Amino acid sequence: MAQDRNKAQQSQVIDENLKRVYQDMLDEKVPDRFLDLLSQLKNQQGDGNHGDTK
Amino acid sequence: MSGDPRDEIVEHLPALRAFALSLTRNGALADDMVQDSLVKAWTKIDSYQPGTNMRAWLFTILRNTYYSNRRKAGREVADVDGVYTASLSEKPAHDGRLQMTDFHAAFAKLNDEQREALILVGASGFSYEEAAGMCGVAVGTIKSRTNRARARLAELMHLDMGEALEMTDGATLAVISGNRTASVG
Repeated sequence: MAQDRNKAQQSQVIDENLKRVYQDMLDEKVPDRFLDLLSQLKNQQGDGNHGDTK
Repeated sequence: MSGDPRDEIVEHLPALRAFALSLTRNGALADDMVQDSLVKAWTKIDSYQPGTNMRAWLFTILRNTYYSNRRKAGREVADVDGVYTASLSEKPAHDGRLQMTDFHAAFAKLNDEQREALILVGASGFSYEEAAGMCGVAVGTIKSRTNRARARLAELMHLDMGEALEMTDGATLAVISGNRTASVG
């Protein structure tokens, strides 16, 4: 029983650390290349069937 | 006017990068994967069902990209530079306690499937069911992967209860979260 508690606590510690690591990554600034790519894709779509060019 | 679900993709960019990075542990590789995934997502938007979880959909595309690259490359793709990990974990030393460098190192030793399950369920807040759907496996498989991943991490970090308790005290948390300040709000 004490073991179960330990295990639960361990999981909690691990998940808390995990979330911090993950949060650090989330807080990183997104490089412009991705925003550029998205706007490029959006512009290209005007060549297709959509009327919404430019 | 509005209504193109593709306009939402941009909101998921940070999460997509974080997921890519946790899979590859290599900044350059992760960003290449994100780029591929964005193009795929854009062109295959028809396979997205509006109203469902877009992040899960994007993550699925990304992980498929990752695993098919891994197959092509014949196994060892990741962990080439390790630079990213190092730059992430420059936290002040805190004697005897768990440090983020240790955590990163331990995390890197998990296999891809375990790391993925742990990130999806433990860090990104997907349910077991959602994670199972994204990985194309049974819910029980995701559960056992996350459990094994946690057990392995605990073992790698020699996490016994004494340390675990210290980990959660205020001082240690302050150390760990030291560089998160204004951006969270």
